[in-house]
Amino acid sequence: MEFFRIKNDIPFMKYAKVTGYFSAATFIIAIVFLVWKGLNLGVDFTGGTVMEVRYQQAAEIQSIREHLAAHGYPEASVQNFGPSQDVLIRLAVKPGVTSAALSEQVMAVLQQQKPDVKLQRVEFVGPQVGKELLEDGSLALLAVSAGIVLYLALRFEWRFAVGAIVATFHDVVIIVGMFAAFQWEFSLTVLAALLAILGYSVNDTVVVYDRIRENFRKMRKGTVPEIIDNAITNTLSRTVITHVTTQIMVFAMLFLGGEILYYFSVALTIGIVVGTYSSVLVASPIVMWLGVSREDFIKVDKKPEAEVLP
Amino acid sequence: MNRYPLWKYIVIAVSLLLGAFYTLPNYYGNEPAVQISSDKPSVKIDVSSVQTVESILNLGKIPYHSVKLEGKNVSVRFSDVDIQTKGATALREQLGASYTVAQNLLPRSPAWFSSLHALPMYLGLDLRGGVHFLLQMDTKAAFGKAMERNASDVRSALREKKIPYESVSRQGDEVRIAFPDAAARSKGKDEIAARISDLFLKEVQDGNVPVLIASLRPEALKQRQELDIKQNLTTLRKRVNELGVAEPIIQQQGEGRIVVQLPGIQDTARAKQILGRTATLELRMADFSEIELGQALSGQVPLGWDLLYERDGAPVLVRKNIVLTGEYITEASAGFDDRGQSAVHMTLDARGARIFQQLTRENIKKRMAILLIEKGQAEVITAPVIQDEIGGGRVQITGMRNAEEANDVALLLRAGALAAPMEIIEERTVGPSLGKDNIERGFNSTLIGFALIAIFMVVYYRVFGLIASAALGVNVLFLIGILSALQATLTLPGIAGIALTVGMAIDANVLIFERIREELRNGNSPQAAIHAGFDRAWDTIFDSNITTLIAGVFLFWLGSGPVRGFAVVLCIGILTSMFSAVTVSRGIVNLTYGRSKKLAGLSIGQVIIK
Repeated sequence: MEFFRIKNDIPFMKYAKVTGYFSAATFIIAIVFLVWKGLNLGVDFTGGTVMEVRYQQAAEIQSIREHLAAHGYPEASVQNFGPSQDVLIRLAVKPGVTSAALSEQVMAVLQQQKPDVKLQRVEFVGPQVGKELLEDGSLALLAVSAGIVLYLALRFEWRFAVGAIVATFHDVVIIVGMFAAFQWEFSLTVLAALLAILGYSVNDTVVVYDRIRENFRKMRKGTVPEIIDNAITNTLSRTVITHVTTQIMVFAMLFLGGEILYYFSVALTIGIVVGTYSSVLVASPIVMWLGVSREDFIKVDKKPEAEVLP
Repeated sequence: MNRYPLWKYIVIAVSLLLGAFYTLPNYYGNEPAVQISSDKPSVKIDVSSVQTVESILNLGKIPYHSVKLEGKNVSVRFSDVDIQTKGATALREQLGASYTVAQNLLPRSPAWFSSLHALPMYLGLDLRGGVHFLLQMDTKAAFGKAMERNASDVRSALREKKIPYESVSRQGDEVRIAFPDAAARSKGKDEIAARISDLFLKEVQDGNVPVLIASLRPEALKQRQELDIKQNLTTLRKRVNELGVAEPIIQQQGEGRIVVQLPGIQDTARAKQILGRTATLELRMADFSEIELGQALSGQVPLGWDLLYERDGAPVLVRKNIVLTGEYITEASAGFDDRGQSAVHMTLDARGARIFQQLTRENIKKRMAILLIEKGQAEVITAPVIQDEIGGGRVQITGMRNAEEANDVALLLRAGALAAPMEIIEERTVGPSLGKDNIERGFNSTLIGFALIAIFMVVYYRVFGLIASAALGVNVLFLIGILSALQATLTLPGIAGIALTVGMAIDANVLIFERIREELRNGNSPQAAIHAGFDRAWDTIFDSNITTLIAGVFLFWLGSGPVRGFAVVLCIGILTSMFSAVTVSRGIVNLTYGRSKKLAGLSIGQVIIK
């Protein structure tokens, strides 16, 4: 079986302008959503309490909500979570209330209504810790970007580093934009997925770049767009197959991994789709537009040859 | 011809064996157990303890798998968690306070595995259930307490040397000492400087009163904080031991913070209560007159006194000066007084006993007060009149509400006080059944994902797909083996990391196989194509994996808790996948195709030649 029976190179770079506009537009839309709606930050970052409780029978959300409101927790958000017996309760940070005791108080109120309710999980994050986690997360994002740029600049050329990081940034912004647009909860695990995508998307770009570099050395004829087209075409089947296999795994997690891994998998799914697109149609055109040329690579090659000659 | 030298095959075989060996304990898994130990030298654990434990369990009709003497512990294994809890409760009740009974998970694999450090993966709290706390030390309160102590020391120093002074009082971060004249001040300054080196002393003139302002030196402040956090660590460790938790983690994290992880704990409310409690005991004099009390009640509390209330609501004036604190206590236990009321019996150390004897001798027929200080709130437990001189350091505190309170106070006194109050600033609790669900979900999704990928690869790449799937299996084996050997913590995001690594590890093989197809398309012989395919793809594989590795390393560095578990798996997975997808799969390819001289074709799926 073979998916790709490509006779001639696909002229990707001919469409680079069109896809460039398209990428820029989606990028801007993502930013608009980010600014307009903002991220629905999870308790990890805002601070607060999340409790997961399990009832013996299907839970009646409305009556739980009313019961909590009647007992001094009108601001509690009550949601169904996974199976109908499971309920998720969120409470904001209350100034002055010893926060660690809050979950116990709420639990006591719930047990008053239905004694069979069981506590499955509690997450309490103080506002200070939440701020730190957010800072650390942002720092990690920056540090990873800087590390990758540095590595690519050393191993390839600065134009490639710029192209790769723009493409990756494009992916990250679109994922985050989607999370803002649909108001999906942005938690610590989603941040981890984002960082993994950062590495994964660059990984993909590097495979194409590797081919471009090889082609510059091997194909003495041909214009820069032709060389890039050839590189993308030749790696296309690998790009697609790798994404298919990774996506199979992520789908397995999305459908079978339970609620905790749900948004983690959602972020990865978007990242895989957008990452494939960007490594082909964002990263490569940027290198071309920045004016990469054969000389950038041949020079390096010729030096050792000259020394070997008698 | 594609052949590996013999040593390469040996390396692959040995690493496979090692991987399998360290992965195997995970197959056996863990079983719920109870460990009985004793930290008291007078209580010996030996073969007779095994018999005692067996008879307790038989008497309670609690089924168990085995009771064994392992080093200085007796461990009892049970079939499930419910029975384990029952067993632990029964043992705790019957054995008494001189033993520590802890609930635990122990590997089910044969004992010789454990002796070679081949253990199942260390499961994080989200998989085994338990509590994670991050506690923050209240340095401000600690500082205030230190200054209060300094003020008290200054007072006693001046009194001892009979240097006259007007007043000693704490004002914010400083202690203000007023003297009647400049001569007394200079004498006082010399005396204080010689005794309390932590203080920085400054002479000022307040109107016509010569005053000495004492503040803590910055280096002393830092040292103080370090000492405080060390004491808090020790205290928390003792308290956790009292709770009977197996394999707790109690570590300092950053400045003024402590992480406490209690795996498998059932009663989180009690854990929270015991850990967070800052209760300290203070003994102060309450030798006030009725006139002074009257003044205080009308709003004018005399200088150097505190107005507090007894439990029945009666007002008491107690001196600010602390005579004795909980630090001098060597033992404390709950019991009853001679009227049958709940009480705490405690024993003071030699120094405490001496102070207490002196105090009772000098203050017969005067009142003293025993205070329980909690979160800056002082409560008078009892304020008895001293009847007689008490020597020997054996003290009884009456006035406890009930036996439970007496138990808790005794526990807190035994474990020692926290040097500074601690507040829980992060909590993550996972119930044991949810942990089980999480493992199942993670495991199932990885398994199904793996199977689907293998099917896809075999359909697309035929024999080579089979080889890639085998290499992928080897990768998982290595990954789990290394995680088990390192005893790195496996979390749910960590399982997601394994899944993701599996999805991404196949990339290396895809890169290689696509290259081989390309070489075949270009008209190269099968053997040459294999050779070139593996060689050329290596650079790309290396470059692309390094970038993911960079992401993983930073994630580990800046991440916390479960996210860190993800990062660990990601990093190790990248390294193992580079070995399995390149070296191991090449080994299999060489064994399959490398020997035949005239190879007509490769089973790598359809290759269209342009």
